[in-house]
Amino acid sequence: MTDKYLRLENVDKFYGPIDLGVHAVRNVSMDVAKGEIIALLGSSGCGKTSTLRMIAGFEATSRGKIHLAGREVQMLPPVKRHVAMAFEGYSLYPTVNVRDNIAFALKAARLPASEVDAKVGEVAEMLEISDILDRSPNSLSGGQQQRASLARALIRSADLFLLDEPMGQLEPQLRTLLRGRIKHFLKERGMTAILVTHDQTEANALADRIAVMEDGMLQQYASPAEIKDRPANLFTGTFVGEPPMNVFPVRVSVEGGKLHMALEGGKELVYAEDAFAPEVRDAIMTRRDIVIGVRPYTVRRDESGVEATVLTNQWLGDQSHIAASFAEATVVLVEHDRADVVVGDRIAIRLDPSDLHIFDPATGMAISHGRGLA
Amino acid sequence: MEHTSTLERVLRAIAITLVILFFIFPIFWIVLMSFQTNETILRVPPSIVFEPTLQNYQALITGELDTAAGKLEFDFMSNLFNSFYLSTASVALGLILGIPAAYAFGRLKFRGSEDIAFTLLSFRFAPPLLVLLPLTIYFQKLGLADTYFGLIWVYQLIVLPLILWIVRGYFEDIPADIEYAYRIAGHGFWATFFKIALPLAMPGIAAAGLLAFIFAWNNFIFALVLASADKQPVTVGALAFVTASGIQYGQIAAGIVLSILPTLGLALYAQRYLVEGLSLGAVKG
Ligand SMILES: Nc1ncnc2c1ncn2[C@@H]1O[C@H](COP(=O)(O)OP(=O)(O)O)[C@@H](O)[C@H]1O
Ligand SMILES: [Mg+2]
Repeated sequence: MTDKYLRLENVDKFYGPIDLGVHAVRNVSMDVAKGEIIALLGSSGCGKTSTLRMIAGFEATSRGKIHLAGREVQMLPPVKRHVAMAFEGYSLYPTVNVRDNIAFALKAARLPASEVDAKVGEVAEMLEISDILDRSPNSLSGGQQQRASLARALIRSADLFLLDEPMGQLEPQLRTLLRGRIKHFLKERGMTAILVTHDQTEANALADRIAVMEDGMLQQYASPAEIKDRPANLFTGTFVGEPPMNVFPVRVSVEGGKLHMALEGGKELVYAEDAFAPEVRDAIMTRRDIVIGVRPYTVRRDESGVEATVLTNQWLGDQSHIAASFAEATVVLVEHDRADVVVGDRIAIRLDPSDLHIFDPATGMAISHGRGLA
Repeated sequence: MEHTSTLERVLRAIAITLVILFFIFPIFWIVLMSFQTNETILRVPPSIVFEPTLQNYQALITGELDTAAGKLEFDFMSNLFNSFYLSTASVALGLILGIPAAYAFGRLKFRGSEDIAFTLLSFRFAPPLLVLLPLTIYFQKLGLADTYFGLIWVYQLIVLPLILWIVRGYFEDIPADIEYAYRIAGHGFWATFFKIALPLAMPGIAAAGLLAFIFAWNNFIFALVLASADKQPVTVGALAFVTASGIQYGQIAAGIVLSILPTLGLALYAQRYLVEGLSLGAVKG
């Protein structure tokens, strides 16, 4: 029960007639445990808000079921679902000040005034909005409005907290600061939350598990570490991670007991045949054409490697980002020391088999991560 | 824009003055006329110097018109009351029917809602004369001809589309998430409608109500055909001023002033709402 506190079962959302309208959410299934913080990560328009609104009850599910706290809720009106929500856009009651906006639900629940004040004070302090409590919503900046809306949600006692890009309009420093505080706040109280974001740093920092969405489909649902180490498909592989994963199409062949991966432009990566598990080798050989992915911080410079020409070299203060032309494309590598290469230098690149992610070019699904099958 | 030349500004000022004169002067002249007797009005050349008299207003209020042919009974005040009653009741009914409909069209976006909303608007495109003949026949069959109820019903053709379309725009302009926030905080659909949507759209509702009132007040053709003397509004009643024995300009002018006053007063009073209505735009994030 607790590990399936919230449960989406094959949920579909069409705006307009079923099967004809805009297919915003496609057959999404996921479970959320009680007390868990989930990040819904994806680019704009991928269906994050639609998913959240179906859970909240503002949009009807076109198909599928939603269970929350042991009840099937997809047919219930929002008022019966016991969820709180912080909104992406303008949602404050324009006629009352920020304090009353935040306290709204508590006052409606007839909590004693002293308790309401204490709670509002606490949340406002956490979100750095103590100084604007007496202002009218219309006089606030976008970031202040968002925090007020977030405070109004967090102050409630609800079964589930839905936070739709609650920090989208904040400046980066404040965002980093609040991220930690919000996580602490949620965890301390054992609150279950779904946070929508298109910022992977935020998702990584806040969430126990990340649900990566694209084009209405759930691409992967796993812990931040697993998403990084074992991306389920090419999309998650390239979407999550900064700078993004390098990907190259290759053609595989076996010659003289070695595995040859022919890159575009004629160069080859050569690996010992036992560099990959036998099942991986089989999977690769039946396809012949595959896509390899490698994270920038696992790309090595090594005399024995494949030649590349440096395009840029940026020192970011704590790491170097080098981009080099490689296999008719660009390879990006990250080094922790200041790299002594300049534009035009020839370098040699080594990609270790243990760092390779191999994908099926047709479906984009991961075949292997490092030595073993995906 | 900052570099408008003096000439340009002068020309613009003249243009604005001309426009204002064009619209205000007739009203100004009518107000002057309403305080004069027929003799001073018909003086040649006309002059704005005269001895003001209240006799026109007196005649209207007592309902006894002096004409060259003698005294004429004419119940102007009851016409004024009819206008007031018909317009107020029509707008009230229009608001009761129109506001929920506007909310449905603006928010719920059900299948075919655009078509229905447009059909309702199209009532305003059709010339009233087109529907009058069948309407008259139906009304006589139904016993609705020459009743306040029947007139108020027909007046919905004027006020309902107006209210519907204006108020719908205001509902659409309220960020939906304000309502969602209220609903998710534990309130039902109706509570949200009455506590959030309705108050936030109030400036628009006031503006729509005002406009609808003015349109209803100014209506002529429906009342002319469907109402008899005791139910007719001032717009129709004013025809009585044109008598066989001459036109009582002073009394007409006084009648016009009296019939403009309510709508003018209403407009001045509701100006506040109209301005508020415009500043509601700030709500949009
Ligand atoms: N009310 C709506 N009517 C029609 N299409 C919509 C509506 N809301 C969202 N969409 C469409 O559904 C898709 C997903 O939208 P949304 O859930 O808001 O994405 P996200 O929050 O991830 O940016 C988008 O293509 C969007 O244009
Ligand atoms: Mg969104």
